Amino acid sequence: MTGRRLVSLAWKSLWMHRLRSLLTLSGIILGVGSVVAMLAIGEGASREAEERFRKLGTSNLLLASVKPPQSDEAGESRSRILRYGLLRKDLEGILETIPEIRRAVPRRDIPVRARFGEREVATKVMGTTAAYADVANLRLVSGRFLTPSDGHARMAVCVLGDAIARKLFLSVDPVGQELRAGKHYYRVIGLLAERGEGTGGTGGMGGESDNAVFIPLETMRERHGDRIRHVTSGSRSYENVQLHRITVEATESSEEVVSRVGAALRSFVSVRHPDGDVRITVPQELIRQAKESKRILSIGLACSGAISLLVGGIGIMNIMLATVVERTREIGIRRALGARRSNIVSQFLAETILLSVTGGLIGLGLGVLVPMLVTWLAGMATVITPFSLILAFSISGLVGIVFGLYPAARAADLDPVEALRRE
Amino acid sequence: MTATDPTAPAPRAPRSTVVAELRGATRIYQMGPTKVRALDGIDIQFLEGSYTAIMGASGSGKSTMLNILGCLDRPTDGQYILAGRDVSDLDDDNLSGERNRRLGFVFQAYNLIPHLTVLENVEVPMEYGGVSPGEARVRATRLAERMGLGDRLDHRPTELSGGQQQRVAIARALANDPVVLLADEPTGNLDSKTGLEILSLLDELHAQGRTLIIVTHDPKVAARADRTIHMLDGKVQRIEERAS
Repeated sequence: MTGRRLVSLAWKSLWMHRLRSLLTLSGIILGVGSVVAMLAIGEGASREAEERFRKLGTSNLLLASVKPPQSDEAGESRSRILRYGLLRKDLEGILETIPEIRRAVPRRDIPVRARFGEREVATKVMGTTAAYADVANLRLVSGRFLTPSDGHARMAVCVLGDAIARKLFLSVDPVGQELRAGKHYYRVIGLLAERGEGTGGTGGMGGESDNAVFIPLETMRERHGDRIRHVTSGSRSYENVQLHRITVEATESSEEVVSRVGAALRSFVSVRHPDGDVRITVPQELIRQAKESKRILSIGLACSGAISLLVGGIGIMNIMLATVVERTREIGIRRALGARRSNIVSQFLAETILLSVTGGLIGLGLGVLVPMLVTWLAGMATVITPFSLILAFSISGLVGIVFGLYPAARAADLDPVEALRRE
Repeated sequence: MTATDPTAPAPRAPRSTVVAELRGATRIYQMGPTKVRALDGIDIQFLEGSYTAIMGASGSGKSTMLNILGCLDRPTDGQYILAGRDVSDLDDDNLSGERNRRLGFVFQAYNLIPHLTVLENVEVPMEYGGVSPGEARVRATRLAERMGLGDRLDHRPTELSGGQQQRVAIARALANDPVVLLADEPTGNLDSKTGLEILSLLDELHAQGRTLIIVTHDPKVAARADRTIHMLDGKVQRIEERAS
């Protein structure tokens, strides 16, 4: 019997029991659909996280000052200046003692109110050096970033993040304008491109650059000193923080180099800052963790999809066993007319494979549609990988074969004489 | 008879050649602890172009004999020689091949496949015999037309009368030009008039030189054959020859 004939025969007998076939099909459709959809959602979520960490720079290691937990004795905290975090000599220490570092870029943040004309917004002035644009991967839309000579000359210049520029200047071109931040005036020399992607909670330099006013670190020190005044709901507090962040760039982005530098930085910090007021973030490690958790998530999602496929397969087997009983007489007739066992096996197998392949194809459609809906409705990123499509479809085909084989073998092993006698 | 008549057998050996022969054929069924000798050392020959009826009460062994002659079952002991070949020890695949190429079956209950059309039913043995779909269609059409079913080719069995269904079954039995045509109570489900029509059709096939073996309860049916084998307790009780 030709393959085409087998398929048309299988189609005919499935069509005869349309409702039954459809119900059986739905198991496979949902199984394949859920495998594809779940993998797409998992992949999307983890790519989003990976992308966020990747923007921090894969050869970077970030040191950040962390405010130690405040003591509850109110009298003490009112009178004292809180002193914590990274020191300027840490920056020198790192550069001198740790090999395989290309550069280390400091940053210091001071909360101020920025003003241009009638408009005023709360923002942060960030004091840093020329290399910051490079290590933080900042792009300029117009003007230029800070240069070393800006710092040496203690120039009163600034570079604006995208969001703050919009809020303060509306449609005016900010470059060349004078901006007031706190008590001081700065001339805008550059405008940054939008970074987007939220507020980068993971110690990120991501979204915070959108709302920042960058000035030379030396200028900041001259004008503000080391003391920072915080005004919160009427009460005042002072902090003494020399640097808020040091971005260390390793000579290479390879895993070995980055982890060596990471280990060296950790021991450096544990010696200089045993109180835990400095936190180390390694984007590459975060990416690795994100990948690992994606792997676990994917396995979990794929397993639950596979289980539904398995259930679909059991449904197929159930139906086929019923079909074999129902068609015992037909099997007897075919055997009497010269069908070999293998002919009977292929006939029944063709039906289950047709079922599972049809279900698989519809399931793929569903699996592509659902992530699209999720993206559209919930705004979650989803990524459909070709691998997930191939995986889901081949599992469904396999399910058809595996769960069709037993009923088909049952059919083929019927004794023709017995089968003919059956009503 | 024209040479193109699809129901006529292809020219083979001359008459008086033995086409099927049982030699000491015995079939023992194990029924729990007891052994039942359904067939007990049968020796019998079927000549080319002969028409044999097998009669006997239920349990006489005639169905067992038909199953063995039809290669649906194998003798426990003894031999079955079909078209010059000992088929008693063939495996399942080869036995299926013998059924397909050398034997045609006509059953009491017609046994058509309900979801297939008349033509498709007639094509089934040809599909298993490796006949190309195109040729099978041509042959099936000619056979069905010859059986008077020319206007029913695309009908399903349920849309046909009993007589018409049995004609489809006969057309199907002839599909691969079998050496022997086996019929099991072919008129059992038909009224007497339709039954007679089917019997005349079998007579015609016989007249064309087809070898027929028919199992029946009905002496009037058996009377059409040129020989009747009476079975009793798994043995041949007596053989009744008629001059044809």
